[in-house]
Amino acid sequence: MLNLLEFLQKSSVDGLLPWSAQLDAVGRLSLSHAVVEEIALVSRLLPARYQRNRDMISVAEQLQLFRSRIAVIGCGGLGGYIIEELARLGIGQIVAVDPDKFEEHNLNRQLFSTPANLGRAKVAAALDRVNEVNPAVKLIPVRTFFRAANGRELLQGVTVAVDALDSISCRLELAETCAGMDIPMVHGAIGGWYGHVATQLPGDTTVQSIYRNWVEGKGIEKDLGNPAFTPAVVAGLQVAEVCKLVLGRGELLRRRKLSIDLLDMEMHEIPYHAPAEVIHFPTREIEQERAAG
Amino acid sequence: MQVTVKLFATFRNGRFKVTSQELTEGTGCRTIVLGLGLAEEQIGVVLVNGRHAVLDQLLHEGDTLALFPLVGGG
Repeated sequence: MLNLLEFLQKSSVDGLLPWSAQLDAVGRLSLSHAVVEEIALVSRLLPARYQRNRDMISVAEQLQLFRSRIAVIGCGGLGGYIIEELARLGIGQIVAVDPDKFEEHNLNRQLFSTPANLGRAKVAAALDRVNEVNPAVKLIPVRTFFRAANGRELLQGVTVAVDALDSISCRLELAETCAGMDIPMVHGAIGGWYGHVATQLPGDTTVQSIYRNWVEGKGIEKDLGNPAFTPAVVAGLQVAEVCKLVLGRGELLRRRKLSIDLLDMEMHEIPYHAPAEVIHFPTREIEQERAAG
Repeated sequence: MQVTVKLFATFRNGRFKVTSQELTEGTGCRTIVLGLGLAEEQIGVVLVNGRHAVLDQLLHEGDTLALFPLVGGG
């Protein structure tokens, strides 16, 4: 262990550990990339792949990200982008849950779908991609439906759960499971040019409120499908929320939902306060309309 | 009574973003929704004067009704 630390320190320049040295350490000492990355971060060495984050995420924070375990429920449109971004961010463990295989109609938007991947399990493709992008990240593929019945098992030891599902009933079961396990949840949903994001902390019931008028079936996505860009936009917002939750920084999208319209390029914030509280709406965009007469 | 109706996302297609409607005092949200050719199961968010409301809620002079569709895809 002393030799490894010495090697990593000697190989570092300005506190940055080059990839070639990480690779060397893994090969020479028969260690995993994860072990080398953790020892580097504990020793305040930043793997050079994160150098452009250096002024916004400290080495100590990078270690927090590395030591977190994020569950991504659904590996389709939203989930693909979310997993890619979490891996590049340096999240240590990603639990990827999805029962499906890639089909041709996924190719317009799902990041890990390629003609060569058709017929392959989405979680298997996610595992390959993460190993390719950032071998220090451990992706745990779970090829199954998320339901309340297996939810507790799937979310064991999870820091944050990310909702990338495509079924409203499953989303509500995820929200209930997270509530029962005191796990924060980042909810995202899309359909056509439209989407929304909200973050729910234990004790909140934002997701339940968002779907309070839902009885059965799907939303506008049933007819509109989803294009390439809407999942990318919403997934990016969700990952920013995950990063903030892990690091305890910034203002979360808590007790409010950001509603996104990429066709008219409008964003509306819809508050989800406690029922007794007065909710202020119109939102900023409408106030601007008003100011403009 | 005058009521302002604001529509969002797909609800705007073939309709409007915002309009003022002249209605009988006490008309309910549901009447407006159905009058716009929308089905109840399409509705995601109903806001009356910025507060979450149910479709049974009755409207009064000067109220603003905002309607967002249900979005649930991933």
